Amino acid sequence: MEVKNPKIKSMKHEDFKNNDYIERLVADLNASGTNVVVGKLDQLINWGRANSLWPFCFGTSCCAIEFMCLGAARYDMARFGFEVARNSPRQADYIMCQGTITHRMAPALIRLYEQMAEPKYVIACGACTVSGGPFKKSYCVVKGVDEIIPVDVYLPGCPPRPEAMFYALLQLQRKIKLQKFFGGDNRKESRQKFFEQQAKKQKETPNAQTPNIAEDAQAMPGKED
Amino acid sequence: MANIQEQISKICRSAQFDESGEFLLVTVPDENWHATARALKEDLGFDYLTALVGVDWKDSMGCVYYLTNSQTQEIIHVKVTTANREKPLLHSVSDVWAVANYQEREVYDFFGITFINHPDMRRFFLRNDWVGYPLRKDYDADPNLNPVPHDDEQNEDETFSLVESENGELKRVDKKVFADDEYVINVGPQHPSTHGVMRYRASLEGEVVKKVDVVSGYIHRGIEKLCEGLMYPQTLLYTERMDYMSAFMNRHALCLCIEKALGIEVPHRAELIRMMMDELMRISSHLLSYGCLTMDQGATTAFFYGFRERELIYDIFDRTCGARMSMSYDTIGGVVADVHPDFVKDVRNLCDVVEDKLKEYHKLFTGNVIAVNRMKGVGLLSKEDAINYAVTGPTGRASGVHCDVRKTHPYSLYDEVEFDEIILNGGDSMDRYMVRMKEIEQSIKILRQCCDMMDKEEGNEYCATVPKMIKLPAGHWYQQVEASRGAFGVYLESDGDPKPFQKPYRMHFQSPCFNLVGIVDLTCKDNLIADLITITASIDYVIPDIDR
Amino acid sequence: MFDFSVVTKWIDNLFNRVMPEWLSVTIECVLVAAALLVAYLVLAMVYIMYERWVCAWIQCRRGPLRVGPWGSLQIFADVLKMLIKEIVRLWNTDKFLFWLAPFFVVVASVITFACLPWGKGMQVIDFNIGVFFITAISSLGVLGILLAGWSSNSKYTLIGAMRSGAQMVSYELSVGISILTIVCLAGTMSITGIVEAQENGWFIFTGHIPAIIAFVIYMIAANAETNRGPFDLPEAEHELTAGYHSEYSGLHFGYFYLAEYLNLFIVSGIASLLFLGGWMPLHISGWDSFNAVMDFIPPTLWFLGKALFMSFVFIWARWSFPRVRIDQLLALEWRYLMPIGLFNLVLMAVIVSFGWHF
Repeated sequence: MEVKNPKIKSMKHEDFKNNDYIERLVADLNASGTNVVVGKLDQLINWGRANSLWPFCFGTSCCAIEFMCLGAARYDMARFGFEVARNSPRQADYIMCQGTITHRMAPALIRLYEQMAEPKYVIACGACTVSGGPFKKSYCVVKGVDEIIPVDVYLPGCPPRPEAMFYALLQLQRKIKLQKFFGGDNRKESRQKFFEQQAKKQKETPNAQTPNIAEDAQAMPGKED
Repeated sequence: MANIQEQISKICRSAQFDESGEFLLVTVPDENWHATARALKEDLGFDYLTALVGVDWKDSMGCVYYLTNSQTQEIIHVKVTTANREKPLLHSVSDVWAVANYQEREVYDFFGITFINHPDMRRFFLRNDWVGYPLRKDYDADPNLNPVPHDDEQNEDETFSLVESENGELKRVDKKVFADDEYVINVGPQHPSTHGVMRYRASLEGEVVKKVDVVSGYIHRGIEKLCEGLMYPQTLLYTERMDYMSAFMNRHALCLCIEKALGIEVPHRAELIRMMMDELMRISSHLLSYGCLTMDQGATTAFFYGFRERELIYDIFDRTCGARMSMSYDTIGGVVADVHPDFVKDVRNLCDVVEDKLKEYHKLFTGNVIAVNRMKGVGLLSKEDAINYAVTGPTGRASGVHCDVRKTHPYSLYDEVEFDEIILNGGDSMDRYMVRMKEIEQSIKILRQCCDMMDKEEGNEYCATVPKMIKLPAGHWYQQVEASRGAFGVYLESDGDPKPFQKPYRMHFQSPCFNLVGIVDLTCKDNLIADLITITASIDYVIPDIDR
Repeated sequence: MFDFSVVTKWIDNLFNRVMPEWLSVTIECVLVAAALLVAYLVLAMVYIMYERWVCAWIQCRRGPLRVGPWGSLQIFADVLKMLIKEIVRLWNTDKFLFWLAPFFVVVASVITFACLPWGKGMQVIDFNIGVFFITAISSLGVLGILLAGWSSNSKYTLIGAMRSGAQMVSYELSVGISILTIVCLAGTMSITGIVEAQENGWFIFTGHIPAIIAFVIYMIAANAETNRGPFDLPEAEHELTAGYHSEYSGLHFGYFYLAEYLNLFIVSGIASLLFLGGWMPLHISGWDSFNAVMDFIPPTLWFLGKALFMSFVFIWARWSFPRVRIDQLLALEWRYLMPIGLFNLVLMAVIVSFGWHF
């Protein structure tokens, strides 16, 4: 079955400023080839997943306020089905990292990520989570969340406006629409690659602690005692 | 002043005085410091520890204590130093001013100065396994020493205090924060109503909170250290990212401080614009706190109503500054650009809308019997405690403390406008909430007067001429403004470095929320776990402002 | 009025003619069960969207409107996603109980749902103690919640479950007493009996003041029974993250979510049965032509309409009020609602025995 550019109701393909990544994904999928039945099923599942993205409320600083605005009356993300903001990571679909991640917060974020149920997506929202932003030179700031968890969409801005957040969410929707569920889960593969690379990097740096991601995934955030 | 000097020299003979700065500077040797502090508080009425700043002067380390007399609003500052860099020790004053408890922990965290007789010497912002003390000038910033941790932090249940016996011997006493049989539950760091990444460990008996241990630093970004590596105009950026809900006020404070050091006269119009922005920000912040307070109590709709009106304020910011948050609008000498032509019209319109909608808020939430029952008489903070914990802002004023910097030490043009300082005496959650709602009305009053002043304003000079390279003379300055959550202070020290790119020697931000978090244990004790949420929501702190 | 039992009897006769009795009974059971489950699911979906739209309307928002025309397909996307979401397996938990809990909650609500009459003769079984059965079976749900909280091995869920236990057991009493008041008025425990007794006027109109008091008490207590705001303490989002179901993901969480909305329908349904005449049309004695027009509307629509209206009131309350605290919650029940309810019951008994009601 031939895979086409993903269509979403809210915005046309041409209106997006950066389509190259999506087009590359489409080309990859076409190269590997898919059965029509499986392809249609995948499309149905992806339609469901893309239109029912429940956010996990995770905000550390300024971006969280803009995220609240996103949920509030003027922007109202419920329109797109990003409705039910969950406070338990188990029930959420994507985590939008809003605000700087510090050394002290990093293990907690990893844990939250591990606690989320598959399929899970990450949006790095704001300059701090993309690269460390204005705090890049600080002694205790993680220079971009992609050092610790795999990121699906990068959203720059300090803080990004709600419109930009919509753009990121729509990008995420398009990305989800290009995923496979039956016959080789391409999302899982890229995830696997990320953690392997990370483990390698950890080994190379002196003094680094051994990563124990994937362990400790059983307890609630910071509810260990 | 002379009177104070006399009295201090009576208590401590070796005290030295310096009147050259803006406030009286007293240098006290460490061994006399505790007795002097007690006398300063009890005899001279300096009951407000406004700021406690740790500084590393290379040859010595120490603290600068800014003290305010809550009756006369007089400010002095005291310098206490130690020359020992290997094992620096100072005497704790946490038993004199309760607020010093957390602040000394901060200094311990940043400079490694251990405070004798401090009840609980733990790191405050950084992890227990952190290597080094980051704000020391000789700090080794090698990222390999402190790599990004992937493993969970151990619960820092163990703490110690350095107890001085009567004959002057020091003894380390190890303590535990919680006893083994206590039922400790963890609130945070990721919890929907800690308003960010705060972490409390609360010991429960049934649903009754017995003790709260505050674990902070989950968003500690080292802003003070970062400022030491930047030039003055660059440091302005960080002020907006601390308490993002008082971005304008914080930036205003730093601008005022640098302008004071440079001796620049800011144009009247610029100061007026700054003041209007401050008040707009205050309304926006109080609306947010209304929203969060109602949301934390489960009244979700009220939250949406609060946000609806905030969007109008954002529109005004957006038009003039080009951004909704983190506006970067104030600058040294004034503001970066003139206001949008419709600015005054928009503000007038906003005043009418908010004034009208306030009635709706009260109708929806304030009179609600459940809301009243949840907030009235809950989380009491007495006036004495409020002063002891140096609580300012709406929380302090709800306990009856006269602490509005706009009234006590008028800055900007606040002495040209007419408004009331809202002081209530209940000290409970309800009063804290009501102070905020009434302050919105006062801000509207100020804004209306400002609009009239803007109309009369002649000329459109919005920024004074400022030297391209900003170089400050050697010295230190302290400037307070009234941010949305209390008195925000900036301590700025310059070494008078003659090089063209001068950087601040030490910059400290005395954030109001840092003091607010100190009263969480006090106010939540013997209340239900559900009240912990409403009390913290009514205290209304912003976490990045605590952690900085 | 159309009697649905004509249809069921006809089907029954048809089956009995062509097959042995045991087979026909089995097939009928399966058919009824399938119909029930389908109705259950459809209603749950309708309710989820209903609450979202009403809540959006209250909060000056638009609500879901992008997925499908006017957002009508939103719920299908949600269900589809929920079905294939990973179910996280936890360590150090009582696995059996952990898995059992959501089913308990769902089964309790399905059985209660099965007892509701949708029209004349349109109900699964007409007990002579129907109301009693409903009260008994609906309180099974609390077991599921307690199990969920306890087996998750987390302090937050445990607190949520304990709150829920205390809350539901207490408010069960008030619900029971206000139902008893109506039973007293109707003189029967059979649901059909109660509905038919309201042919000439709904109990809320004919029952005098005690019926209105009972109605108010029922509304408050039922709101608490369903763990909805302002009584949503067990899952108090801002205190306990998600309360007793914090640790559940995927379909298991879906069950809780489903049951929550269905319980809303059930309590609104019972309210309309007891106080608003169930599937009975609105009759005003003397206005014959008006009554004839009202009779023209099918009873199922009457029942659904009333239930939706009652749900609207519940939703309205949920999104407007702040949450009460646990001690206030229990004080409200034991100090106010229950004594008033008991007094009201006596009052009703007096009124009924003297025949003072309409």
